Amino acid sequence: MELDTITAISTAMGEGAIAIIRISGNDAIQISDKIYRGKKHLKDVESHTINYGHIVDPETKEKIEEVMVSVLLSPKTFTREDMVEINCHGGIVSVNRILQLVLKEGARLAEPGEFTKRAFLNGRIDLSQAEGVMDLIRAKTDRAMNVAMSQIEGKLSKRIQRLRQALLETVAHVEVNIDYPEYDAEEMTLEILKEKATFVKNDIDKLLQTAQQGKILREGLSTVIIGRPNVGKSSLLNNLVHDNKAIVTEIAGTTRDVIEEYVNVRGVPLRLLDTAGIRETEDLVEKIGVERSRKVVLEAELVLLVLNFNEALTDSDEELFKISEGRDRIIVINKTDLPEKIDIDKVKNLAGNDPIITTSLLKDEGVDELEEAIKLLFFQGELESNDLTYVSNSRHIALLNEALRAINEALQAIEAGMPVDMIQIDITKTWDLLGEVIGDSVHESLIDQLFSQFCLGK
Amino acid sequence: MTYHGGDFDVIVIGAGHAGVEAGLASARMGANTLILTLNLDAVAFMPCNPSVGGPAKGIVVREIDALGGEMARNIDKTHIQMRMLNTGKGPAVRALRAQADKFLYQHEMKKTIEETENLLLRQGMVERLIIENNEVKGVITQTGATYNAKAVVITTGTYLRGKVIIGDLAYESGPNNQQPSVNLSYHLQELGFEMVRFKTGTPPRVNSESIDYSKTEIQPGDDVKRAFSYETTKFITDQLPCWLTYTNEDTHNIINNNLHRSPMYSGMIEGTGPRYCPSIEDKIVRFNDKPRHQIFLEPEGRNTKEVYVQGLSTSLPEDVQGEILKTIPGLENVRMMRSGYAIEYDAIVPTQLWPSLETKMITGLFTAGQINGTSGYEEAAGQGLMAGINAARKVQEKESIILDRSEAYIGVLIDDLVTKGTNEPYRLLTSRAEYRLLLRHDNADLRLTDVGFNIGLISKERYERFINKKEEIKAEIERLENTIIKVTEDVQNVMEEAGAALLKDAAHASTLLKRPEIKYEHIERLSKPNHNLDEDVKEQVEIQVKYDGYISKQLEQVERLKKMENKKLPEDLDYSVIKGLAMEARQKLAEVRPLSVAQASRVSGVNPSDVSVLLVYLEQGKLKRVESNA
Repeated sequence: MELDTITAISTAMGEGAIAIIRISGNDAIQISDKIYRGKKHLKDVESHTINYGHIVDPETKEKIEEVMVSVLLSPKTFTREDMVEINCHGGIVSVNRILQLVLKEGARLAEPGEFTKRAFLNGRIDLSQAEGVMDLIRAKTDRAMNVAMSQIEGKLSKRIQRLRQALLETVAHVEVNIDYPEYDAEEMTLEILKEKATFVKNDIDKLLQTAQQGKILREGLSTVIIGRPNVGKSSLLNNLVHDNKAIVTEIAGTTRDVIEEYVNVRGVPLRLLDTAGIRETEDLVEKIGVERSRKVVLEAELVLLVLNFNEALTDSDEELFKISEGRDRIIVINKTDLPEKIDIDKVKNLAGNDPIITTSLLKDEGVDELEEAIKLLFFQGELESNDLTYVSNSRHIALLNEALRAINEALQAIEAGMPVDMIQIDITKTWDLLGEVIGDSVHESLIDQLFSQFCLGK
Repeated sequence: MTYHGGDFDVIVIGAGHAGVEAGLASARMGANTLILTLNLDAVAFMPCNPSVGGPAKGIVVREIDALGGEMARNIDKTHIQMRMLNTGKGPAVRALRAQADKFLYQHEMKKTIEETENLLLRQGMVERLIIENNEVKGVITQTGATYNAKAVVITTGTYLRGKVIIGDLAYESGPNNQQPSVNLSYHLQELGFEMVRFKTGTPPRVNSESIDYSKTEIQPGDDVKRAFSYETTKFITDQLPCWLTYTNEDTHNIINNNLHRSPMYSGMIEGTGPRYCPSIEDKIVRFNDKPRHQIFLEPEGRNTKEVYVQGLSTSLPEDVQGEILKTIPGLENVRMMRSGYAIEYDAIVPTQLWPSLETKMITGLFTAGQINGTSGYEEAAGQGLMAGINAARKVQEKESIILDRSEAYIGVLIDDLVTKGTNEPYRLLTSRAEYRLLLRHDNADLRLTDVGFNIGLISKERYERFINKKEEIKAEIERLENTIIKVTEDVQNVMEEAGAALLKDAAHASTLLKRPEIKYEHIERLSKPNHNLDEDVKEQVEIQVKYDGYISKQLEQVERLKKMENKKLPEDLDYSVIKGLAMEARQKLAEVRPLSVAQASRVSGVNPSDVSVLLVYLEQGKLKRVESNA
């Protein structure tokens, strides 16, 4: 059978200690090799072996996860096709990133029940099981559809429908120019098209941004507290933790036994990284502390940089500014209960546009302001969390990314001065892809739109 | 009393645009063919607007020509003007349209039929079919003649139980006061065909002498030699213009004040009309904020003063029509020659047909044109041609020819009809085709000449010319891909003249041609081919190179779809025993009986999980066969 290569996360999302990403199809090995670094290439390992290595982003060369990869060659596999199963730690973030990489390298996201379907199509499953399989496909598809419906019944669906309606009107307008060239409808110029396409692109962009925010809401915003010894990192940590009912989780099975603590700060879930480290480094030599911070900062989405109000800035402070440059960052100047010795102007200079909060953790002062600053940073002062439309489903994100690509291609074609009917190809594709997100791609609606929007006839 | 009228291979009922194509194709393929029409003076008659072609439709005419049909050649001989539409847009949507001399068009077509071997044209109204064991055996006419045949094609247009309506006047009639065909409709219902009632309409005609053209805008034909047929070598240069004028507030007031006299709104009309062809009263009611509507004045021929008032299709009473006309600039003193009218007629539900246009119920019986729920001369002709081809092949015991959606607009049209059906008279639109860029006006010959030749409708000589053209296109594209244009002063001059950015490095000629501003003529100046190429070869080279990115993308989609098209479903598949199909899908599939998984996926009400179930079922069947062989 000539079937394309499919992939999906095969374990329950977000619950287990490990997760499995499954890939099936002719290109399964080739795709996996592009993102896997181990002792041997996967194409060279024996079938039905499990191999230790890392998943690496081929573009940035960044190591993403430590993994065990099973290579299962056709025909003795579940689907009877070549299969690869990537076993990784169960955190949703890394699992999703690996899935995105696999998709990027050319696999297609599997439809619900598709592995089972292939198993059947390729004759893996006994004929007597046929009816069961069909019921399964039916049930899985319908359930996925129901889930999709309930997820999108709300704002996402409405928003995409609005966007599609705008697109549909544009498409109908172009179509009327094409099918009724003598009809006195305004000619859809490249300028108008560009304006409409840009509007759509921006809206898809925004939706994808909410995907990021949606992910953070689910996963937590990875946050690290850095600072020299004895500036009050532990106090800050304890303060955040005690104020906000921390959930301490120990992730076993990793090499580091990192302890992460989750706190909910005014609706923003923070995942505090390396809290053990924070507590330890209070006693460490300054230089080692900076080195350790450098590593942790790489994993963090938010950096809280703590300075001492009662001491002049040191080289280490400036070094910490440097290593956290470019991240979302809040500067905390602690110990305002003591006399001012820090050069505030210099701090402002180093901080650039990052917010600066002064606190006395000892006296419990300034913590409210800090929490407010975290919230503002996350919601960018624009929106309250309950107003947001969150895109969280991996399938939706993949479709939205495809839609974004299509509308970008349309915009490029507009820039290049392509004829309108070429541009239309990508605009219609965008419309179709957005329809797939909400499960509606009926082509007949274009024809309906055409005749309700314009008065045509002989 | 009946008598034996004769024995034929194929009988075509009707000689409109579908009937003539069906009859000609069948006879030319060697089948002994009879065309029966109720009025010999109405062969290839244009009861509505005197024009052929336009977006999508014009491409159908080119396709008919590439397959060996007659419409293109006939209009090339009898038009009064031709225009290429959408020239400002891309190649996918360019379309040719001709204004016809409708009388000449009929005469020319009738002459062609009369001169064709194996083809007999006879006046007569068919009232019944002869059916034995669900197989068609012949027809019986009103005058008692019995004609035997192995296949019958019904192309009755709007004549089936036709009813003309003007104001509160209604009478049984075919178009333009022709006799209606009443008994045949009842006979089809008796046989068990499901019928629908559709409606269409036509505007009044006026005398040209009474029009003040100075108040209108002239719409001339193109100043270039144009033709639909790839065979045409003689071009008509003496063209007649059309004229454009508009309705206004006065027009709209008269219509609004007389709506109570409109049969549309009094409930007298029961048939479903097409949305794309609304009457003027419909336009005023539905788009009441539009201050004016276009009216095109189109001559009906060279030897007549009759002018078709396009845009004013109406079924309002005759006196109101007269008043409406007089409000329009240029028509203040106009003399109406015929009034507009609405016409209702019977059509069969087209999902009762196989994609070959043979009815599922009766073997050897085909239907084509308006009886299948379409509207438009080109749509009719395209179907007529395919029905004629497949009727002849049925007699010759050959497989039917089915064009797919990526191959031809005719394929899109027929697939839409037999797969989805239609709840209004169906008109082709370019937006109905998912592979518009592949179904171009300019490449109809490249897409379909092979088919036309293989079924015997394209002459050897024409086919050789076609093969030669194909080779020249291929060779020239290869040449451009291998020619490097260096940065020289001459080159930069051409770039500048074309309005393109100057060349930075040497580039392949094909890469340069991809730039939007660069045309083949520029490339030709920079690097001459070793012999002079025909204009249509140059056009193909330019289009194929320039839009290669988009074309390849669509071809990839087609490839994916082809895999599903190749998964054939048995005609007699019993959907009631397939577990896992949703109830609605089961009913729809049983009704349409698609021939491939791809067609099944296009049936409305069939969703992706039903398609999965079908795939599983198909594989299961295959596996069973494999096992029994082992």
